[in-house]
Amino acid sequence: MAFLDLTNLEKTFGTNRVVKDFSLGIEKGEFISLLGPSGCGKTTVLRMVAGFETPTSGAIRIDGQEVTGHRPNQRNIGMMFQAYALFPNMTVADNVAFGLKVKGVPRDERQSRVEEMLRLIGLPEMAGRFPFQLSGGQQQRVALARALAPSPRVLLLDEPLSALDAKVRVSLRNEIREIQRELGITTIFVTHDQEEAMSISDRIVVMNGGIAEQVGAPFQIYNQPHTRFVAGFVGTLNTLAATVVSPEDGQVSVAGQTVTLAKKPIPAGKGDKVTLALRPEAVAFGRAAGREIVLPATIAEVHFLGSVIRLRVKVDGAIVALDTFNRPDQPPPPIGLATEISFSATDVILLPAD
Amino acid sequence: MKRFVAWAAFIGGCLYFLLPLVGMTEFSLKMRRGEYSFDAYAKVFEDPNFWATFGYSLTLAAATIVFGVLLVVPTAYWVRLKLPQARPVIEFITLLPLVIPAIVIVFGYIRLYNTSSVLPLTGSGLGTDILLTMGYATLALPYMYRAVDTGLRTIDVATLTEAAQSLGAGWFTILARIILPNVLVAVLSGAFLTLAIVIGEFTMAALLNRPAFGPYMQLLGANRAYEPPALAVIAFAITWGCMGLIQLVTRFSKHERAKA
Repeated sequence: MAFLDLTNLEKTFGTNRVVKDFSLGIEKGEFISLLGPSGCGKTTVLRMVAGFETPTSGAIRIDGQEVTGHRPNQRNIGMMFQAYALFPNMTVADNVAFGLKVKGVPRDERQSRVEEMLRLIGLPEMAGRFPFQLSGGQQQRVALARALAPSPRVLLLDEPLSALDAKVRVSLRNEIREIQRELGITTIFVTHDQEEAMSISDRIVVMNGGIAEQVGAPFQIYNQPHTRFVAGFVGTLNTLAATVVSPEDGQVSVAGQTVTLAKKPIPAGKGDKVTLALRPEAVAFGRAAGREIVLPATIAEVHFLGSVIRLRVKVDGAIVALDTFNRPDQPPPPIGLATEISFSATDVILLPAD
Repeated sequence: MKRFVAWAAFIGGCLYFLLPLVGMTEFSLKMRRGEYSFDAYAKVFEDPNFWATFGYSLTLAAATIVFGVLLVVPTAYWVRLKLPQARPVIEFITLLPLVIPAIVIVFGYIRLYNTSSVLPLTGSGLGTDILLTMGYATLALPYMYRAVDTGLRTIDVATLTEAAQSLGAGWFTILARIILPNVLVAVLSGAFLTLAIVIGEFTMAALLNRPAFGPYMQLLGANRAYEPPALAVIAFAITWGCMGLIQLVTRFSKHERAKA
């Protein structure tokens, strides 16, 4: 049994089933991200683990102990919130010491733990300050220290980086991951930012409509999406409509050409419509070595972004996005230019048709 | 021209409010013929009934504030946290004392809690004091509830509660150590308003026959000339003192500045 075991969790608000038959096992020390769009049920799952929502059915076990019916203050779970949620009437040190005080930890022990936590988050000199005297990033660091101080069994992070500016987000997410690794604490991170999820997670749970569409390592989720939703939600995806020519030989017809895919046989019948999905980095502008499939295209849009030029080309009526590196000796191609794109058969993700 | 009108309106407003006060204060200083003196104030302070009634009202005000805080803070907190749909109903209930006259409330009390009732509170001094405290709490309810509710609006009640719960805190700890300190200024505003109401209240205390400051002021007003305005000035000073205290507490409360 996994350290944190969620079994067949269901949550219904009135007639709205927000979480449907959600099961997940998380190993000790693992960093899991729940990723999905707004309303997909990721926060509800987190809140059920925290004890703020009671599951309509299903069970939650931590380290073999059933906690489904336990109140939030009986679960020994640390939590970070999007809105920091530091207690405004307390100093940084008092905030960090709060959980220890509630637990009845003696004063000396409490003080040394607070100092240890503040060192861990790199703010030992801020102990006497009030939350309003700190920046957003500092407040969230204090919130992390506060959540970790009572040595919780599980750490829950409810979109803790959403309220921060881009630069702080990146540095803080790396810090969170570093501290999580150092302490080896089992962590669930809720986010709708796929880059954030992919950069720090051991595994990602992609959620949609209350169910887990796919669970896997970031590399797996990105490169081998199981469903159209996962493929579309994680990263940018180009799609091309195709018709199966020979399922056994992996041949499809796309943009007036018959091409052979790496995946054989194709799980569809002859004449069936399928979708070929390609990540932008899998598509090259013009013919390129090692990319055996070549399709005619017309430049539709050119976005000069400095080091990168983002092109949007029209292939058989569909728009395909691809990036090329900027070269000072080679100006961006003009809009309307008839050209070619190329990609490898192994980079094609085959999805059912729309 | 615009500036002139604004100043004229400001000065007019000041005169409207200040002239009666100045007139009253001036009259209270004229007890000694031909010169200004504090004789009326001295007389008031020398009167043992002043101290007795003032002390009594102050004690009951303290009891009312404690009861009001214990009743209103958890109620307003719970409504905001768990029953937001019940807010209009609770607000309506808390407004009722403004539309139901005190005389109606006190007659209702006398009828319900007289000596031949199941709970004969009017049968003893302590019982009547308790009844009067409840009555005062009812009269102060609109002010206390609104003050606390406004205070709660300035903090993220739900998230702070959840943060405290995740750290192992129970309801009492959350209320006492997180919610109450963060709405303390609002609670104090409500408390000082309650104090002002209790100190000047006449109807309930008179009809329940308790030795409160309100009936004492009325009695003095009916029998003396210079002492009543002196007393009014004293009562006015107490009220303004309370308002000043609210301001002071707000200014010196460190974390409150963050919310401003």
